[in-house]
Amino acid sequence: MYRYDTFDQTLVDERVAQFRDQTRRFLAGRLSEDEFRPLRLQNGLYVQKHAPMLRIAIPYGTLSSVQLRALADIADRYDRGYGHFSTRQNLQLNWPALEAVPDILAELAAVQMHAIQTSGNCVRNTTTDHFAGVARDERVDPRPYCELIRQWSTIHPEFAFLPRKFKIAVTAATADRAAVQVHDIGLRIVRNDAGELGFEVWAGGGLGRTPVVAPLIRPFLPERELINYLDAILRVYNRFGRRDNKYKARIKILVRELGVETFTGQVEAEWAALRGGPSTLTDAVLDELRAAFAPPPYRGLDDDVALPDAALSDAPGFAAWAARSVTPHKVPGYRAVTVSLKAHGVAPGDATSDQMRVVAEAAERFGFGEIRVSHHQNLVLPDVERAALPELYTMLKVAKLAAPNVGLLTDIIACPGGDFCSLANAVSIPVAQAIQARFDDLDDLFDIGEIELNISGCINSCGHHHVGHIGILGVDKAGEEWYQVSLGGVQGPRAAIGRIIGPSFSRAEIPGVVERLVRAYVDLRTSADERFIDAVRRVGLEPFKVAVYGNADRPERASA
Amino acid sequence: MATLIDRNGPRPDTWHVFDGDAGAVPSHADLLLPLDEWRERAAVWGARTGRIGILLSPSDDPAAIAADLERFALVAVRFPSFTDGRGYSTARLLRERHGWRGELRAVGDVLRDQLFLLARCGFDSFALREDQDPQAALAAFDDFRVRYQSGADEPQPLFRRRGVAVSA
Repeated sequence: MYRYDTFDQTLVDERVAQFRDQTRRFLAGRLSEDEFRPLRLQNGLYVQKHAPMLRIAIPYGTLSSVQLRALADIADRYDRGYGHFSTRQNLQLNWPALEAVPDILAELAAVQMHAIQTSGNCVRNTTTDHFAGVARDERVDPRPYCELIRQWSTIHPEFAFLPRKFKIAVTAATADRAAVQVHDIGLRIVRNDAGELGFEVWAGGGLGRTPVVAPLIRPFLPERELINYLDAILRVYNRFGRRDNKYKARIKILVRELGVETFTGQVEAEWAALRGGPSTLTDAVLDELRAAFAPPPYRGLDDDVALPDAALSDAPGFAAWAARSVTPHKVPGYRAVTVSLKAHGVAPGDATSDQMRVVAEAAERFGFGEIRVSHHQNLVLPDVERAALPELYTMLKVAKLAAPNVGLLTDIIACPGGDFCSLANAVSIPVAQAIQARFDDLDDLFDIGEIELNISGCINSCGHHHVGHIGILGVDKAGEEWYQVSLGGVQGPRAAIGRIIGPSFSRAEIPGVVERLVRAYVDLRTSADERFIDAVRRVGLEPFKVAVYGNADRPERASA
Repeated sequence: MATLIDRNGPRPDTWHVFDGDAGAVPSHADLLLPLDEWRERAAVWGARTGRIGILLSPSDDPAAIAADLERFALVAVRFPSFTDGRGYSTARLLRERHGWRGELRAVGDVLRDQLFLLARCGFDSFALREDQDPQAALAAFDDFRVRYQSGADEPQPLFRRRGVAVSA
């Protein structure tokens, strides 16, 4: 993985010094709350319900074991011994003291990490495929481009005060695991007919109040023009994006108000002026970055090496776990392993510091010391030898990290919700836990099959409810928590926004509603191979509405 | 009243901002005109003996003055709030696209913590909001030695300069 050189290190060190001084001035009353707010947000620091929240950047979701241990230590010494992995592949600490944040940032800088631009109206952490570099279906490793974007976006002088936040995602795989079409900019790495690398550029997608699947604004951008084109899009957005209403300030509104053609025309005109300029990439630069992500020293192995399962005391448990957690690898004999952070009863995406240390150790013992964070809020060990899977399983199981539910109904994406977040209308975590409790039977979960259930505590959509096969959104009605349910959302190559099925439900009703939806699916699926989302696409919403609300003309709420 | 600084410290401000009263500023004085005023009465203002500057609002297109730039001694860009980032793009376009080499001034809600970014986009004078400490603010120009991106101050992005040691 990428290692900082003197430049990168100097920059994060200088950022710590800058923020230390800003914090000092704020605490001394020489920087007003309004003036400090954007500065602290651009260092990941929110002021939340109970305490500040610090969001630490995990660029494109790649971590070393050394970094994960450092995060565990920070969680122990500055927080309450756990952290929350977010849908932006970042880590959130819920209880740091504001005064201590400069020290935390200094400790992060010591392991080549930072919290730069994890919030604020600026370019946020770039996300990508959590199987980048090891996925069988990828054209090239997207991470060199992600690192380039990280550097370009870090303290970009022109784009520090955009109309609103700005999120970029990159994928190079056939199965888009980075949900690029619901980002402000989505980049798909492709080859043109001449075999040259470049990008499909999608712009103006996003979730939130107005969910939009991004239009394709350029089918092929030559690789070397990446930064010029990003500058062009951001400049058009910075100049013309709305600043009068924060709910209309995302780039998707600009694209909609101008129309895709006009918007694209402006971007292309700006690009024409920047094209071939100083930010044009060179072969030397690209080679250097690719070298930084060169594959680790894999051993030459047979792909179908026998598993030493005789030594395994829990063979059925292993089989269930392996069926869900093990993903094929581009190198024979290796597998990528997803570590579920969705054990039933635990807040989705949460890991204790001890669990982080276990994963760090596993990454060293069973890999090359690398860990990924997925936007599904799980961790990934990308390079595990197949023969080591049983031993890894045992180690993870002891640490309660082997829930065999990856990709299943209880692998729920959820934001921190009203328990922590001051924006939320409703809680998310207790809803996730209640659903997990309802579907606690493993055979049942496996029978239901692959399904994505996403929960957001408010319309900011941090829990990506719009693109959940089942989406649950917390809404506020006269001071009470209610939950709106949508169906048919999809992330990936055929991204779609889910549709609301009808009137909202109380918190207590939600597990029953999910159960009725799932049972309706099981009844109507053509075979076990037809996944929930495929069935929804085939039959539409109606059978599910009937299952939930009954047959009456006027939907009658199912009461719990 | 705002304090005018550049990278070296406070400096006197000779410019009068046009306030709608054409007779209020002597003909030989330095006069800063809003873009619309210049566009409506360029001939009148051009006949003055004093220097002319243009004050751009965040929504003004810098291309609108590209052809007239040689007639100005100052271009100022107004920041109604420090969180309104449009002026950063205005500055880079003036410097990097329209070739403005003269003084480029940030005015309005100009604060210490944005000076580094403003300077990178090509501003070289800063009308600091009156509550700002001008001496303390000077340190902000040196917040970072590392600059990843191309900017008005350094056209070459870092990826073309790596291998050269970090210098103060």
